[in-house]
Amino acid sequence: MQKHIISLLVDNEPGVLSRVAGLFSGRGFNIESLCVAETMNPSVSRMTLVTRGDEHIVEQIKKQLNKLINVIKVHDLTGTEFVQREMALVKVKAKRDYRAEILRIVDIFRCKVVDVSPTHYTIEATGTAEKLGAILGMLKPIGIKEIARTGAIALSREKKGKEGAYGKD
Amino acid sequence: MTSEQCRGGNILKTLTGAKIVMAVLKEEGVKTIFGYPGGAVIDIYDELTRTDIQHILVRHEQGAVHAADGYARAKGAVGVCLVTSGPGATNTVTGIASAYMDSIPILVLTGQVPTALIGNDAFQEVDIVGITRPCTKHNYLVKRTEDLAPVLKEAFYVARSGRPGPVLVDLPKDVIQGKTGYKPLTEPRLASYKPTYRPNKKQLHRAVELIKKAKRPVIFSGGGTILSNASRELIEFAEKLHAPVTASLMGLGSFPGTHPLWLGMLGMHGTYRANMSIGACDLLIGIGVRFDDRVTGKVEEFAPNANIIHIDIDPTSISKNIPVTVPIVGDCRIVLKELNGLLDADRVKIDKKSRENWLKRIEKWKSTNPLSYEQKNTIKPQYVIEKLYELTKGDAIITTEVGQNQMWAAQYYHFDSPNCFITSGGLGCMGFGLPAAIGAQVACPGKKVVDVAGDGSIQMNIQELATAVQYKLPVKVVILNNKYLGMVRQWQELFYERRYAYTDIEHSPDFVRLAEAYGALGLRATRPQEVVPVLKKGLESPLPAMMDFWVAREESVYPMVPAGAAITEMLLV
Repeated sequence: MQKHIISLLVDNEPGVLSRVAGLFSGRGFNIESLCVAETMNPSVSRMTLVTRGDEHIVEQIKKQLNKLINVIKVHDLTGTEFVQREMALVKVKAKRDYRAEILRIVDIFRCKVVDVSPTHYTIEATGTAEKLGAILGMLKPIGIKEIARTGAIALSREKKGKEGAYGKD
Repeated sequence: MTSEQCRGGNILKTLTGAKIVMAVLKEEGVKTIFGYPGGAVIDIYDELTRTDIQHILVRHEQGAVHAADGYARAKGAVGVCLVTSGPGATNTVTGIASAYMDSIPILVLTGQVPTALIGNDAFQEVDIVGITRPCTKHNYLVKRTEDLAPVLKEAFYVARSGRPGPVLVDLPKDVIQGKTGYKPLTEPRLASYKPTYRPNKKQLHRAVELIKKAKRPVIFSGGGTILSNASRELIEFAEKLHAPVTASLMGLGSFPGTHPLWLGMLGMHGTYRANMSIGACDLLIGIGVRFDDRVTGKVEEFAPNANIIHIDIDPTSISKNIPVTVPIVGDCRIVLKELNGLLDADRVKIDKKSRENWLKRIEKWKSTNPLSYEQKNTIKPQYVIEKLYELTKGDAIITTEVGQNQMWAAQYYHFDSPNCFITSGGLGCMGFGLPAAIGAQVACPGKKVVDVAGDGSIQMNIQELATAVQYKLPVKVVILNNKYLGMVRQWQELFYERRYAYTDIEHSPDFVRLAEAYGALGLRATRPQEVVPVLKKGLESPLPAMMDFWVAREESVYPMVPAGAAITEMLLV
């Protein structure tokens, strides 16, 4: 059961999310996370979804997604060059003894403290799922009060070399 | 009043939503719609009276959808139905699901409460777009009168293009009452929806290579062949290959049932020779099929020795249930045309000798275990269908209900042309046959249309007999009355030690008197010698006729592949 990150361009219309989500529930496909937001074109949204399945299932998922009238493009990023990020907001209990330790962890993982109170820090962390897992692993023993996490968002990498970002000169 | 103004050379009329609905229906060539009025659609109905579009008033909204389905299949065009909001809309769901499973192009127009009330649990409000999302090809809620024409146009286009299917458009009352400028639109183009009609050349060549090598090929045709009008091309293809042809339930009629290469139906109640030839073939060419579980039986043992070429317009059908050797995505007709062309251009010679051996082997299967029954003192249901076939000279449109009646109709009526066998294949929806027959009769007024029914399923939409009488549609209903829910009883007999849990219909109405009460002709046969006279009288009557045949109660449909078994493991009697 390999993990697949699938990037979709869809019509930015009411009901489209429900069509995609309904497809997964109705056909018994697995959905780990789903992120949706408008693109630069306000009539188009990008959905990034993470799913797991064997080759046959993932093939069906992609075909079924393509079949939805509101889905413009389906791109399975897995197996290609791509960048991906997730974000987490983590509210950590920050008693006096631990405040310095928390800040060290924030520093090591290049996180940010976005809210401070006498008893808590709220930390913004971004990275891959693995990196977020590592951060949470460090913070857990200190005491996590609440957490809010996005799913993955991802974009394919542009080709390097001649036609790459620095190409034509 | 309509005001007219000129804009960029096009006449732009200001019309109400209701008028726009009528305008688009007329542009799309719609002559008949099936429906049932209600509060949310009064404006559309009011407008309908000012057009020449025929409206068939059904007696239940489910009937309207099945009738539109039957109409679509018989006519090869989009069937349209119109119902009100709330219960009117929910009553369409079964019909929509049936059309979805069988890929039938219908447009369902539902009324909706005014946009301002949506979400407020208003009277007769239901989120029908939400409810039907998983069983429509696509659906729409129109929120502004300006969007009405483009959405309806798109709905027709989506319904009939690619792999066809039902499309629902939900019409809030204020959108229908509102006014906007209108001019006829051309066919829409959607960035996100581009069905593939033309096949990939490389795959075609791979297919030809497999065809050249094959010694024991079988062609397996489905509903897609009928939907894409590919029967002629299929016959040419089969004759070129000198290959036997079988079909799914939905594919019956796509290849002539009297052709020497015809194997009979495939699957759970398929013929012995069709199922055996799948077990033994070395090349299986699936055309417009989706390898449904009722066809494949145990997937691992389906066509175990064969390369499989699969032609279908829907990529999701390919390699969904059965892994295939050569996938060909495209319109069946175009693909078959191109394959025929390639075979001609390559001057592909069929190895006559190996082919004759193969056909001989099949002939042996045919003669050892043909479809059979014994007609003794009680009427056998198979006998009724055989006589129906003889008396109609195979030229009737047959609709069916679901269960044993459906299977006997499929086995004993031989369909020589497409669009003549109309059945709820995928959903298996009891109550389908009578309204579908009504739709088919509207589409083909000159044809004999016969609903083959059971005493159970006919009662699921029997109210539509009133519709048939009102519109003088002389549909015929043949009830194979065994006073059981026969197919479930058969399973109980075979797999549940004859524990007939609630399948004994202890009480049914007197169908003869019921037919008469509706104003139709009611007839009954209780003995074998009465079968032909009753059929004759019923078929010849100008009235809708309901014929009640009291058949052997515990007759079962054979051959039968038990659920989960390989299709070559058949119970024969």
